[in-house]
Amino acid sequence: MDNKKKILVIEDEATLQKALNEVLVQEGYEVLSAHDGISGLDLILKESPDLVLLDIILPKMDGFDVLKRLKEKGSEVPIIILTNLSDINDIQKALDLGATTYLVKADFHLEDVLKKIKELLSKN
Amino acid sequence: MISSAIYKKIFKDCRENNLGLWQCPGFLFVAMGFINICSMLGAYIIVKEYNIPELVVFTVSVISVLIFSVGSSITNGFQQIANINRIKSEFVSIASHQLKAPLSGMRWATDVLLGEKQECLSSKQIEYLKDIQENTSRMIRLVNDLLDVSKIESGKMDINLQNTDLSDILKTVIKELDSFALAHNTKLEVDIDQNIKLVKTDPIRIKMVMQNFIDNAIKYTGLEKGVIKISLKNKDDEVFFSVKDNGSGIPKKDQKKIFDKFFRSGNIAKKQTIGTGLGLYIAKAAIEGSNGSIGFESKEKSGSTFWFRLPRI
Repeated sequence: MDNKKKILVIEDEATLQKALNEVLVQEGYEVLSAHDGISGLDLILKESPDLVLLDIILPKMDGFDVLKRLKEKGSEVPIIILTNLSDINDIQKALDLGATTYLVKADFHLEDVLKKIKELLSKN
Repeated sequence: MISSAIYKKIFKDCRENNLGLWQCPGFLFVAMGFINICSMLGAYIIVKEYNIPELVVFTVSVISVLIFSVGSSITNGFQQIANINRIKSEFVSIASHQLKAPLSGMRWATDVLLGEKQECLSSKQIEYLKDIQENTSRMIRLVNDLLDVSKIESGKMDINLQNTDLSDILKTVIKELDSFALAHNTKLEVDIDQNIKLVKTDPIRIKMVMQNFIDNAIKYTGLEKGVIKISLKNKDDEVFFSVKDNGSGIPKKDQKKIFDKFFRSGNIAKKQTIGTGLGLYIAKAAIEGSNGSIGFESKEKSGSTFWFRLPRI
């Protein structure tokens, strides 16, 4: 791969973080991880990744607030919301705040997540 | 004999629901009736014996207060039952959400192990990992169903109504279930009208309803040679979908309860262990939420037909 795409995973569940990391590295991406909203936001601003996977329920700062801050700063990084909130209102709220798309963790297999990531990265 | 039957009817439910005597609507209702009769008789006797207007007014007031307080106890009893029900729904919702995080972890962890690039597993390891994966999926489905049920009960089910082409959705569903039908030695006969009119419904939910009908038909036809007739037709100003099987049918006594939550017909429960009894309950809520109607016809030993109709746009 000529130019490694950089993906940031902001997720506080260790198992999910580990599993995502593993498959993304296998696929040849450079992976950064954060376990809470504040350090996640810092990493987005410092490292300007090509794509962010963002959990909603996070310690210190939740996913909605991360999205709000990014909007204020005019960031245009594509963001996939990772959530287990399957409530349509929460998903709509995240999309209104500028998330590109979302996926419900429990309903998706890792290969579906990968497919979505590839699709988004090829668009940008 | 009769008194024990009455006793059972009045007290059993309250005891099962852990309600005290003075919160038990069944008991209070009977008590109120009894007080009513006694008071009428008492008032009659007092008036007849003494004939003092003040005493009559006093007696009637006392009786009214008594009836009023029993009445308010009954209302409280109902209120408490309603509260308990709400708390239960909330509990199910919170517990289900909490279960989803570890379940996602299990699903993704097994996904990693079973991923294409892991070639160092023995076939036995792969077999058992697949079992874990399949069971995790089942648990996730169950949790999702429970969440839907708690949303339906609190009147908050999300139905995202959109102009929907049912024929596209049905074709996808059939493609997905084809191999499942084949494995059950069952043939799917599909009849879709050309130019199916658009309907306003939630495409994700309607897909689940179609899956549920066909999946049930396949499972409950058993391993005999099954034929399932699936049809999607324009009918007047409605679109009509039906799934007809030649399976064991639903016994008459179970037919009334078929759309109740957690209900599973006796002859099915014997055959099959998989299934939560929530699918049709959720299907009914989804169809009614899209202004449609849902129903079935069934004859024991000759099969069932499940159908829904939705108004076209």
